[in-house]
Amino acid sequence: MEFITEFILWGWSFWLVRTVAFTLLVVGGILLSVAYMTYAERKVLGAMQRRQGPMLVGPFGLLQPIADGIKLFSKETIIPSGAHRVVFLLAPMLLFALSLVAWVVIPFDKGWVLANINVGILYLFAISSMGVYGVVMAGWASNSRYAFLGGMRSAAQMISYEVSMGLIIVCVLLVTGSLNLQEIVLADRPLWVQILLFPMFIVFLVSILAETNRTPFDLPEGESEITGGFMVEYSAMTYALFFLGEYANMILMSAMTTILFLGGWLPPFGMSSLDFVPGIVWFALKTALILFFFIWARATLPRFRYDQLMRLGWKVFLPLTLFWVVLMAGILMSFNALPNQAVHVNPVKEVAQVVEETIKIIEENVEEVIEKIEKIENNNTENNSEEIEGGVQGNE
Amino acid sequence: MIVQAFAFYLFAGILLTSALMVITARNPVHSVLFLILAFFNAAGLFVLLGAEFIAMILVIVYVGAVAVLFLFVVMMLDIDFANLRKGGMQYVPLGIIIGSILLFELVAIYSYWAFAPDVSQNLDMPLSSFGDLQNAEALGMVLYTDYIFAFQMSGLILFVAMVGSIVLTLRKRPNIRKQIVSSQHARKASDVLEVKKVTSGTGG
Repeated sequence: MEFITEFILWGWSFWLVRTVAFTLLVVGGILLSVAYMTYAERKVLGAMQRRQGPMLVGPFGLLQPIADGIKLFSKETIIPSGAHRVVFLLAPMLLFALSLVAWVVIPFDKGWVLANINVGILYLFAISSMGVYGVVMAGWASNSRYAFLGGMRSAAQMISYEVSMGLIIVCVLLVTGSLNLQEIVLADRPLWVQILLFPMFIVFLVSILAETNRTPFDLPEGESEITGGFMVEYSAMTYALFFLGEYANMILMSAMTTILFLGGWLPPFGMSSLDFVPGIVWFALKTALILFFFIWARATLPRFRYDQLMRLGWKVFLPLTLFWVVLMAGILMSFNALPNQAVHVNPVKEVAQVVEETIKIIEENVEEVIEKIEKIENNNTENNSEEIEGGVQGNE
Repeated sequence: MIVQAFAFYLFAGILLTSALMVITARNPVHSVLFLILAFFNAAGLFVLLGAEFIAMILVIVYVGAVAVLFLFVVMMLDIDFANLRKGGMQYVPLGIIIGSILLFELVAIYSYWAFAPDVSQNLDMPLSSFGDLQNAEALGMVLYTDYIFAFQMSGLILFVAMVGSIVLTLRKRPNIRKQIVSSQHARKASDVLEVKKVTSGTGG
């Protein structure tokens, strides 16, 4: 009896140790990627603006993010006298914690996931929709007009774009038939389905820019109008937590896009000759591609005006994505390609087959068909001549 | 089982405490924040029950959307709560009377409380006929077949509520200037611009 309990305890502790180790690995990896994401951003922005970016700390400025981190750690945290102390300090912690918590369901490779839950995509969506609280709480607790305006803008913006993001996720779920992230990656997607999903991929890319408050939708922190938005009163560690949370969210959204649209850890374009490369490499490369898009957009586009942002979200994206859900459901239904119907068919082949059969039937009964066509033509000419006569009389 | 029991008492404890804080907190914004915490812990309880789909929908809909709007409204309100609280004591007798009536009714009902004989079977697995189907699938099987009428009706009611709120808040403001993108795009340079040649010495 004792042996059994001991065995269970040992197994449980082994599971615990493994989980804790994997968690630390993931969190460490995220923090490191965030640090070098800022480095990459400054380098890419520099290249796009014909300058060098950070060059002085370490070779090619590679130690710059670490120097920045040390600077933020060693600064003094200032809490404004009119601020609500608890909420003021809670807001950055919440934002940062949420940006890390979401990573438990992300599959980095086949089976490389902390919690392989059935409702993974809903979990991701829920956590990302809670991110707005950090921003709103920070804006309210700072007791500053600029911060409050920034927080309000952010709340409205994130809610607006979440609606269309949800509908895009529904589009993908129609194809995959599962809420589990691994099954979403592994689901069978023929080329025509991918072409159907492509417009949604573009809309999703724009929506994640808005969801993470990045240029051209960075109104919550628009420097030129409301100085720093909700972050204006924050300094040192509290500011660093906001910064880390925001960049971790960007990486998370990129990973989400990779899983939903770019095939996660699988090699690109289904090239099985590239299977020897570990899946996590593909996953990282695809995520980096989306992250490059974030920086690229920042270097290229001017900021939207607030009413333009709302118009795009509610009057363009929402109707478009809603229409696309109906369209995709209809097409998948009519070609028997819904995941639970289990019969996967190629609509192009299907249509070609129908056309072929029709031609065959026509060829077999050529004489009858010709007779029928002549009959119809005769009828038509009679009708037409009557109509023309009628028309002429009417004019007189 | 120990872990589950621990998690249950943790979630339930935080849920009850934060629910109490919602009505006792002096600052209305703090109340809303505690309400959000309560929602979140309720979602945790749903996960423990094995209803992960409901749990996630609870977080997405209530925490992610409804409570944000609550917070929005409460932050915008400008209420002098100290002033409001001044005359509060005069309603205490009425409150006690209503509260005691409700308590009496609850006790009266509870004394006649009885469980149906086969309810304990349903407690284990409400959808035993669906076997090992996942949450979302099992819900869909019931919602879109047996209860399609109720489902559609609730959708219709929500739609009417939406139309009603739009009708109530819609007002036409004729003096406001709006950007009409299509008319901007339709404008041609030749319609609005005229290039004039100015000979030197005659302009200005």
